[in-house]
Amino acid sequence: MKTVEELERIRKQAQAMTRLREGKETTRIVVGMGTCGIAAGARETLSAIMDELAKRNIQDVVVTQTGCVGLCEQEPIVDVIKPGAAKVTYGKVTKEKARQIVASHIVNGQVVGEWVIASA
Amino acid sequence: MRELSLHVLDIVQNSIAAGARTVDVTVSEDEASDLLTIEVVDDGAGIPSDILESVLDPFYTSRTTRKVGLGLPLFREAARAAGGDLDIESWPGRGTKVRATFRMSHIDRAPLGDMAETVALLVVCNPDVRFRYRHTRGARTFCFDSEEFRSALGDIPPTAPALAGVLKNLIREGLDSVQRA
Repeated sequence: MKTVEELERIRKQAQAMTRLREGKETTRIVVGMGTCGIAAGARETLSAIMDELAKRNIQDVVVTQTGCVGLCEQEPIVDVIKPGAAKVTYGKVTKEKARQIVASHIVNGQVVGEWVIASA
Repeated sequence: MRELSLHVLDIVQNSIAAGARTVDVTVSEDEASDLLTIEVVDDGAGIPSDILESVLDPFYTSRTTRKVGLGLPLFREAARAAGGDLDIESWPGRGTKVRATFRMSHIDRAPLGDMAETVALLVVCNPDVRFRYRHTRGARTFCFDSEEFRSALGDIPPTAPALAGVLKNLIREGLDSVQRA
């Protein structure tokens, strides 16, 4: 069965990751999933983030969702919270931008300044 | 919302916000009676009876960050536009059931869309919530239970991003077998 093989591959990666990040805190990515976010395309954005992380074999980032934060016109909104760094909030994150945020911010540690709407 | 599966994703967020531990999503397509039914049942906090009528009012919300709440009203509009309707039953302290019906063949019925993606993302993003998804078409049924899936994971973290794709394919295959009548 394809699923079983696929899970076996992920398990090996996850084990390797766990060894690498012993004791380290994880990065969190939070996607706005209120009605406004979903209507603006947040499901596609979330899916692209998961896919880009998977492609890069990144297992130690936790992706979660949150409700509307009152900035509906900026949706889809994505927060990146790296351990020890300020929270960075990106606005109008299309699936293309989402992939670039993973490559630039998550992998290379470079905040994509032009899409940031808040940081605290 | 372009697809009914996006409404489902939205309505389930209400369940999660209500502290549900288990969410049951049921889609049933009955061509004989030309009826599509979507049900979301949770074991969350429930809605007090004096508020139950207001939840379909777009200008009612329990939130304080904004003054409108459009999830349920939009879902009801989608149902009504397709010759159906939406009703809500709730038992405070025990949970809530949202049920939407649609005339399958109605010209204004939105497509069901990507239910596999909706369910897969919910499962990976909410490791503490059990999701059961049941899809019936005529005599065929596909059932998915997040707990069965999670119990097969061993030491893979249930939030591992790579699981989203695996789940999507798993559910898609199950749905394909239901659609192949």
